[in-house]
Amino acid sequence: MAGKTLYDKLWDDHLVKQRDDGSALIYIDRHLLHEVTSPQAFEGLRLAGRKPWRLDANLATPDHNVPTTERARGVEGIVDPVSRIQVETLDKNCDEFGILEFKIMDQRQGIVHVIGPEQGATLPGMSIVCGDSHTSTHGAFGCLAHGIGTSEVEHVLATQCLVQQKMKNMLVKVNGKLGPGVTGKDVVLAIIGRIGTAGGTGYAIEFGGDAIGDLSMEARMTICNMSIEAGARVGMVAVDQTTIDYVKDRPFAPKGEMRDRAIEYWKTLHSDDDAVFDKVVELDGSEIMPQVSWGTSPEMVAGVGGNVPDPESEEDPIKREGIVRALKYMGLKPNMPITDIKLDRVFIGSCTNSRIEDLREAAAVVKGHKVSPTLKQAMVVPGSGLVKAQAEQEGLDKIFLEAGLEWRDPGCSMCLAMNADKLGQGEHCASTSNRNFEGRQGFGGRTHLVSPAMAAAAAINGHFVDVREMMN
Amino acid sequence: MRALKQHKGVVAPMDRSNVDTDMIIPKQFLKSIKRTGFGPNLFDELRYLDEGKPDQDSSQRPINPDFMLNQDRYKNASVLLARRNFGCGSSREHAPWALEDFGFRVIIAPSFADIFYNNCFKNGLLPIVLDEEIVDQLFRETEAEEGYQLAIDLEQKTVTTPSGETFSFEVDNFRRHCLLNGLDDIGVTLEDAEVIKAYEASRRKTAPWLFGAGG
Repeated sequence: MAGKTLYDKLWDDHLVKQRDDGSALIYIDRHLLHEVTSPQAFEGLRLAGRKPWRLDANLATPDHNVPTTERARGVEGIVDPVSRIQVETLDKNCDEFGILEFKIMDQRQGIVHVIGPEQGATLPGMSIVCGDSHTSTHGAFGCLAHGIGTSEVEHVLATQCLVQQKMKNMLVKVNGKLGPGVTGKDVVLAIIGRIGTAGGTGYAIEFGGDAIGDLSMEARMTICNMSIEAGARVGMVAVDQTTIDYVKDRPFAPKGEMRDRAIEYWKTLHSDDDAVFDKVVELDGSEIMPQVSWGTSPEMVAGVGGNVPDPESEEDPIKREGIVRALKYMGLKPNMPITDIKLDRVFIGSCTNSRIEDLREAAAVVKGHKVSPTLKQAMVVPGSGLVKAQAEQEGLDKIFLEAGLEWRDPGCSMCLAMNADKLGQGEHCASTSNRNFEGRQGFGGRTHLVSPAMAAAAAINGHFVDVREMMN
Repeated sequence: MRALKQHKGVVAPMDRSNVDTDMIIPKQFLKSIKRTGFGPNLFDELRYLDEGKPDQDSSQRPINPDFMLNQDRYKNASVLLARRNFGCGSSREHAPWALEDFGFRVIIAPSFADIFYNNCFKNGLLPIVLDEEIVDQLFRETEAEEGYQLAIDLEQKTVTTPSGETFSFEVDNFRRHCLLNGLDDIGVTLEDAEVIKAYEASRRKTAPWLFGAGG
């Protein structure tokens, strides 16, 4: 019999019941909640007279609607009344049901996918869900982690389980070594460019190969975060010493003898040598360039040295029409060099790229430079209050401020523009977020997905440049 | 949840691939703490010429006459015909809520994004996967004939055209069972409460670090 993949192992370890009809009950170890996708779930519990099954599995924080300025007044400081009600509703629900919440004034508040790993609430081998598609982030720890809808949020609250169908296994292997200036973000954008935005639909993806093994936990989180942009709900990386070291001493992580026991188990969380994947995709890490998205789907990416594509050279009529529509929306011409794309704003933040390493990477590029006067705004939004404090301790805030970037308070911010941070119509933004859909960052806004280093380089130059040239 | 056994209705063609959930329902409408009322803002940025705001009377807004749902022939549609990878992106269940609130009961496409596909079944909405060639044919027929309707039978797992041509589709048994009977799947899961407790007890022994509050 063939060995098991990491996904097979995680599935088997969380299988509560295999039903005759092919569906299965899967146990959920950790449930993360935020204000946008939970109110209707709590209301559902109340209407049915149900209680949460296991309180200590839940952790909540407001992130999507919180302002990134003027935070001293807490919830009262949220200007938009509709946003404020949503944050207040989360507070009330967590208080009523007894769920631990890092409220807006708590230093531990932040983007839900940043605070889980930061607190050690994300541990190797867990099953983790959240009403948010970027829950795949936590797969970087060898977790079975994926986004769910609000009905499933209610289902997990009420039963600690989900009804699931097993996915297929895909291995994305990134071989060799990444070049200098090439980051986890560039790797995942290159992968999405290769397999397409639906390439991972129906699969749980494991990212492996030497280039992934060499990456830090935070870079692995960036890669797993965007699995959903390749269509895969689940993205994972096997547990290794890097994982175990990262988890050590975090508040929710096991200590002492319990930790030793846990490590023994965590070390089994990798695919067996003879495991069989339904699909294998290989990339040469040394060939990956810094990436820039030019279109309105994350698969519409090019290396920074490349050009915007010409729809005439696309044979698939549906794809060709997609390119034509994207170029029209983005206001770009076929064949123009990526470096000719001029920018109006720069956003460094989001659950993809707002951790301390991302901020260090951006600060290293802007240090000693000034933001281009042609930009309307360049902002840095740390992923959590603790990331913010760490960055300030390292003096990164001063580097950003001296260069002319804004230094904000933590939240999802302009990744999806549910708070006050948004693009104006027709504005181009170099963004470290995860989605370049039409209108995502503001009505009529034009998003270009890049790494923090590339966003920082774009902020200095007012247009895209190859960050590697600035590093020489 | 509303059950769905058979459905017959007017077909509306959404002729673009990779329709994401931001397009189905933009973020400003996600601030609602209710499950209903999203229909007027379905495809908001395509349907209207201005930027939509929550709690606004959408009937007073300038509409985009080119968008198909603004054409009289599709206004009462309840079957949405779509292209590849429909519902990609965010996990927001507001997307199926908006489609359902508008009046859709069935969506037909060559492929769906996983989370969206799953969310549909929780809301009495049936997503049907048909081969791309068949979807192409249905697009042609829909556009050629005003008032074009399709008949869907979930029990038989078939889609039937006005000329009587029938196509079969696949759907997994549990989801089909819940939708046919309008079942609340939390209730179904809680029938296994003892099995869940037994799993939990054994897990507490083998992986005790997963239990108990931290922080």
